[in-house]
Amino acid sequence: MVNKRTIHLKVNDLPYEALVEPRLTLVDLLRGELGLGGVHVGCEHGVCGACTVLIDGRAARSCIMLAVQADGANLQTVEGLRGEGGLHPIQEAFMLAHGLQCGFCTPGFLMSALELLGENPDPSDEEITETLGGNICRCTGYQSIIDAVRLAASKMMASSGKMDGMQR
Amino acid sequence: MKPASFEYHDPETVGEVVRILAQYEGEAKIIAGGQSLMPLLNMRLARPQALVDLRRVPGLDYLRRENGGLAIGSLTRQRDVERSADVAELQPLLHAATRFIAHPQIRNRGTVGGSLAHADPAAELPAVAVALDATFAITGPEGDRTVPAGDFFVSFLTTSLGSGEVLTEVRFPGLRRGTGWSFQEVARRHGDFALVGVAVTLALESGKFHGARIVLFGVGGTPVRAPRAEQELEGNLPSDLLLRSAAMSAAEEIGEPVADIHASAEYRRHVAGVLTRRALAEAASRAGTSTEEA
Repeated sequence: MVNKRTIHLKVNDLPYEALVEPRLTLVDLLRGELGLGGVHVGCEHGVCGACTVLIDGRAARSCIMLAVQADGANLQTVEGLRGEGGLHPIQEAFMLAHGLQCGFCTPGFLMSALELLGENPDPSDEEITETLGGNICRCTGYQSIIDAVRLAASKMMASSGKMDGMQR
Repeated sequence: MKPASFEYHDPETVGEVVRILAQYEGEAKIIAGGQSLMPLLNMRLARPQALVDLRRVPGLDYLRRENGGLAIGSLTRQRDVERSADVAELQPLLHAATRFIAHPQIRNRGTVGGSLAHADPAAELPAVAVALDATFAITGPEGDRTVPAGDFFVSFLTTSLGSGEVLTEVRFPGLRRGTGWSFQEVARRHGDFALVGVAVTLALESGKFHGARIVLFGVGGTPVRAPRAEQELEGNLPSDLLLRSAAMSAAEEIGEPVADIHASAEYRRHVAGVLTRRALAEAASRAGTSTEEA
């Protein structure tokens, strides 16, 4: 008989408690138990990046992490993305620059981009491709995704410039 | 559920880890960042009776300068190594190699100790550890011991770590002043496992090669040194001809490279030679500059 574990974690600023089998992956917890279906599950062995979420601010694949390993962690998923007009500037940029087609991989790309732009508001093309290399898209051919991240960077810099003067 | 069922332990001291491992007599696996183990669990290629998670063990996640080199706790994330100014300064070869490990999203979780203990033959860190003569600190039921990197890697996914032992620290000596280095790798896409890679360090004394170290990876079950090629360089002046000849020796002496769906043995041997030549040239140019500065 397997001993289940009680874990506590924060997802998108909401506290959760869950009773889980140790073998439950984090992505299955998020989707199956917490109802966060925006976290997509693709390859389930750490290759495609569709399940990327932020764990304590760092982008990581939730399919190759156990739910019990997220005990005490602070998570962000695509459900937590929002901005003034509803969409987060990164989501808006993906829409405007056609950074998605079927959309399956998109939540993962958004979360990878979120980490990148949080740390590096004005990344070079090389830094963008290095980051996005961790996510696979089978529709777009990537160029429009790179364009979207670049657009998101300029949108976010413009709005932060408005808010706190010439910060950079 | 993807993985098969297992018992889960997350003890809070290294001593507890060792005690629990002993209890399972080889049927338990340590999990750290999980970036290599979790795919194996998800595909049920690994079905350990128990997992011992290091996440709550304090004092294994650090990076500090020590005796002119670096002491890195086994739980240190690869991303922290990549971003460390101390690593860039004292051990630029390690710094350069870290950026070849998978993708940022993997390096955010993957640990230094995890990659070394997993010992994938196509992984970067094992080859770097061998090239730099790193030392591994290990704790087990018999107490503490240290193992030089050259004795750590035994065969495919197998190290000299006993099933009851845990890797706690890796010590990298600092790169000696005047030492040139190079890290080269060919993969299908950036971030994929290397088809072939090479780590080189060498010095130039009075303009002549001295103490060259050539370590190839992705070609055999463990990182593979090329002592014949190293010897060929010793005491000789750098020349295009010498580098070509040494690189050819290296490609010959690594034995029969692995062949798989990604690359044939012939292809790997060819690439091993090309990368070795490029690495030697780059390392020689770096050694030249730093010698003049010294």
